Amino acid sequence: MTALFITLFLPLVGSLLLLFFKKENTKAIKNTALGISIATFVVSLFLFFGFDSNNPGFQYVFEAKWITAFDAGFRIGIDGMSMLLVMLTTFITPIAIFASFNSITKREKEYYIMVMLLQFAMTGVFMALDLFLFYIFWEIILIPMYFIIGIWGGKDRLYATVKFFLFTVVGSLFMLVAIVWLGMYAGETLLKLPSGFTTNYLLIKEVAQNIPVDIQEWLFLAFALSFLIKVPLFPLHTWLPDAHTEAPTPGSVILAGVLLKMGTYGLIRFNLELFPQASFEYASLISVLAVVGIIYGALVAMVQTDIKRLVAYSSVSHLGFVVLGIFSMTAEGIQGAIIQMVNHGLSTGMLFLCVGFLYERRHTRDIAEYGGIARVMPVFTVFFAIAMFASVGLPGLNGFVGEFLTLVGAFKSPFLNSHWYSIVAASGVIFAAVYLLWMFQRVMYGTNDNPKNHNLTDMTKSEWAMLVPMVIFIVWIGVYPKSFLNISENSSRALVNKLEMIKFGKPTYQLPEMKQKTMENIPNSQNNIKK
Amino acid sequence: MYELIKFIPLFPLLGFLINGIFGKKIKSESAIGGIASAMVGISFILSFLLFWDLLSNPIEKPVIVSFFTWIATGQINIEIAYQVDQLSVLFALIITGIGFLIHIYSIGYMHGDRSFYRFFSYLNLFIFMMLNLVLASNYLLTFLGWEGVGLASYLLIGFWYDQKFEGTRITWTGDAGMKAFVVNRIGDFGFIVAMLLIYVTFNTLNYQEVANAAASQYGTLMNSGIITAITLMMFLGTTGKSAQLPLSVWLPDAMAGPTPVSALIHAATMVTAGIFLIARNSVLFSLSETSMLTVAIVGAVTAILAASVGLVQNDIKKVLAYSTVSQLGFMFVALGVGAFYIGVFHVMTHAFFKGLLFLAAGSVIHGMHHEQNIKKMGGLKHYMPTTYKTFFVGTLAIAGIPFFSGFFSKDEILWYAFSSPHGGILLWLTLAVSAMFTAFYMFRLLYLTFDGKERFDHHHVHPHESPKTMTFALVVLAILSALGGFVNIPHALTPWVHSNPPFMEFLSPVFAQANFILGEHSHEIKPEMYILMLLATAVAISMMFLAKKWYLDPSWKKPRQLAKEHGFSYRLLLNKYKLDEFYFFTIIDPIIALSRSGLWKFFDIGIIDGIINGSAKATSVVAENLRKMQTGIVQNYALIMMVGIIAVISIMIFGF
Repeated sequence: MTALFITLFLPLVGSLLLLFFKKENTKAIKNTALGISIATFVVSLFLFFGFDSNNPGFQYVFEAKWITAFDAGFRIGIDGMSMLLVMLTTFITPIAIFASFNSITKREKEYYIMVMLLQFAMTGVFMALDLFLFYIFWEIILIPMYFIIGIWGGKDRLYATVKFFLFTVVGSLFMLVAIVWLGMYAGETLLKLPSGFTTNYLLIKEVAQNIPVDIQEWLFLAFALSFLIKVPLFPLHTWLPDAHTEAPTPGSVILAGVLLKMGTYGLIRFNLELFPQASFEYASLISVLAVVGIIYGALVAMVQTDIKRLVAYSSVSHLGFVVLGIFSMTAEGIQGAIIQMVNHGLSTGMLFLCVGFLYERRHTRDIAEYGGIARVMPVFTVFFAIAMFASVGLPGLNGFVGEFLTLVGAFKSPFLNSHWYSIVAASGVIFAAVYLLWMFQRVMYGTNDNPKNHNLTDMTKSEWAMLVPMVIFIVWIGVYPKSFLNISENSSRALVNKLEMIKFGKPTYQLPEMKQKTMENIPNSQNNIKK
Repeated sequence: MYELIKFIPLFPLLGFLINGIFGKKIKSESAIGGIASAMVGISFILSFLLFWDLLSNPIEKPVIVSFFTWIATGQINIEIAYQVDQLSVLFALIITGIGFLIHIYSIGYMHGDRSFYRFFSYLNLFIFMMLNLVLASNYLLTFLGWEGVGLASYLLIGFWYDQKFEGTRITWTGDAGMKAFVVNRIGDFGFIVAMLLIYVTFNTLNYQEVANAAASQYGTLMNSGIITAITLMMFLGTTGKSAQLPLSVWLPDAMAGPTPVSALIHAATMVTAGIFLIARNSVLFSLSETSMLTVAIVGAVTAILAASVGLVQNDIKKVLAYSTVSQLGFMFVALGVGAFYIGVFHVMTHAFFKGLLFLAAGSVIHGMHHEQNIKKMGGLKHYMPTTYKTFFVGTLAIAGIPFFSGFFSKDEILWYAFSSPHGGILLWLTLAVSAMFTAFYMFRLLYLTFDGKERFDHHHVHPHESPKTMTFALVVLAILSALGGFVNIPHALTPWVHSNPPFMEFLSPVFAQANFILGEHSHEIKPEMYILMLLATAVAISMMFLAKKWYLDPSWKKPRQLAKEHGFSYRLLLNKYKLDEFYFFTIIDPIIALSRSGLWKFFDIGIIDGIINGSAKATSVVAENLRKMQTGIVQNYALIMMVGIIAVISIMIFGF
């Protein structure tokens, strides 16, 4: 519990601490930011190793009264799924901060305050067990991200940042309405609480399936809109290429690495868990869009001339697999989706870093400006190739595990009940190879004809330091994904069991005995029920 | 004993890591090459030990040796586990054996290359992945190897990434590598779908369990839609890796890689992965007549088309590449008519003689300072005698001259194509003509390269024999090409022997279930056997004399005249039936155009962003106009207020 608290609040503390630094003292600011983010990662390791993967429920649960009038509490805790995403956040952020050392050269103090604030909010999104708290974290993220793109971004940063802001705000307003409605309905009608209102996720989770299906559908849509914009799902994706392209390298890394996952995480945590019947209704529609997005993103990525925009469109394609896996509503599919979220964070994050290294040397992202870079930057070529093949989904590297599991999940899913989703999605493997290899061919291979590229230096020590940890995890997940799949296994199974109980009346999986401890950790909620 | 199988792939992996990470620091070529070769050599010894064990104590059922759990979640559970049986060990033996020779050869061939260490680490990576492919006990691990060899192939084709290479829309060698990878991915799509179907049908991805389940209910599964779907999708996968139509286009361009790579990956081992996969799934394939027929027909059509293209090519490696495509077609026919072990037999003999031919071609290219055009060669037998002699042996073997290795395997394929219930006269005829073409283009290649007038520029080119490291491999492979066929002498030639030939006997447990489903082939000796055998031999020998007559004539009068008379057909063959152009025109270009102007420019930027930006604009236009009402002049507000009050009162009074 202490570890959970520190993981969540250390970045906030860091952010406040940075306020007291002189803004000329950039070195101290950078080192403090990096130090705090690394410390956060170390603390999160305690969470990871202390985590009981046998327990499908929430762990490290903490609850404090906050706004008693409508029973909004400071409730946090993590289960297997959020555990992995919290780890992803604490892992990616220090790398992004380290990458900022070179790429951010103005107004450093504000920048690092923003990044630390961003980490605080991202971790909060994954830990929140209260709808109101979740919404607050969700909205806090917009602020630092808005400034990171808007101040430290590229040429068209204003257009990109306004677009990003508008898209996400539209989505989250619907979510707010749904939260209010849900809180009222659950508090008054379902739970009959004295306050008549609650945003306690753990309580709502138990009763939400009793909401009439027609109302569920509206709530489902309101939540889904917000999450699907964030993912982004075709055709809500057009903010992403602009935001990615204009954001500074570390911004893109965090955006791709963690922010997009908030959408897919939300789909599992809220849409599937709270509105199961509505999920059955909309599963095919969303899966169709996901499959279209897989192909569409890949095809559009293929014809880009800007490397960063290419990688951005590839995210649309990759996240399509995640959404497909989620709405297969099978353990394989959901597990695949979760591991694919982590994978995408690693491999696309690494691709953005690589593109950033090139950009810092040449200040262009135009593919045509490059060619034959392999000759002058041989070591970089190796790392770039690893990131590329991880993204292509080569077996033995991480991407394959996730893609394969989502395909298996969607293929056998009794909810989707058609093989065609997976078959069409599987053809995405062809296009993934085309757009990435073609880009690699034009940038790295051939002869180095552009005189501006003749004297590029190979990787520096600090660039090594950023990429090597990523490669370790890319190979680790590719070869021995069990270490990570195990963490979320029982949480996923519990969710699938619940869905299958509702739909078919009998679950597939036998779960280990729920430990009494978890219930004891939520004394307030039990009291509430007794009243 | 069987635990040894774990270590077979481990050593090449070690070699890959050592040379890949520390290669740049090692510097010494002999150390780098030595480490890489030794790693493959050790694997060869281990494979041989296993092979010897299986030879002396045959096992009926495969033995599974598992390492650790790879992907396990929900109900799916996939192990990293290897399967010891006759098929996997035989393939491992071929791969490590030929691989070892080619590693030695490469030490000489790649001498002085600036990325010497990179080359050897890739080669080791290839061997590692290929071993995973054949030793795997489940589909997914085979798929890991399958993609892994594709990766190695990609890296090695584009090894000299800043050199140009000529081809349809290909500028750099790397383009050819990319083409290979992408075309293979189309096949991989088939493989993935086949795996998904297998998983939902049999609830497992382990070869053994799938084969047993399918064999035990063959009555209900026979010719069922699901089995046909599985096998056809899997066959799509094999057409990618084994360069069969319609995915054959990548292999000729794969010749952009260094020649040892062409020999190892694009002739002897990787391209036979498709044959391996079908042989491994013999039970499933034998359950679908449609799929068997498809395999045989595609194989035969590929064999004859590729062989015909080989007739007129002038690049020494291109001729051999088309020849490989054609020979792979032969193997598919063997599988398609149910003669699984003969398909595997041809894999082995082909690995010997085609490996040899490519290495000898590499020796020629090495001695000719990277000249590959046979029209600019001639008379090389005086300069490189060992290369010449070994190439000659290879040519005799592939042309099917008795009693070289190719004779035995090819003749058996022709016989089964003719006699099998799945075969027929048409299938036989197609293959017989392909074999005729093969004999002709090979002797043409031989005479143009090594015999006749010296057509190269003596001032710039000084042909020389290659170093011992290279000729060593040539001699060993020549011996194997000459004698390798004797492990499977057909009954017709040894009517006094009553047991099966050793090769067939060795592999029989692997194909027992499939043969049971298909019904045993008869082992009677029929007179047609001798007739067909004599016919094929006569054709091969006459082709030798024809090629000799045509191409030892210094003016090449006859072939030139033919080319002129049949200009259209000649150009069609020379341009490889324009298959590449056809794909670009009908598939690739439309997709790119659609993606660029249709999806990106029109849909993304035009429609979606149009709606978003349009609504933003509409808001601001409306607001802009509404703003004008806020004039700040009190009289105006008073006027509007008055109008409002009157309106409200009149509504109240008169109602609506």
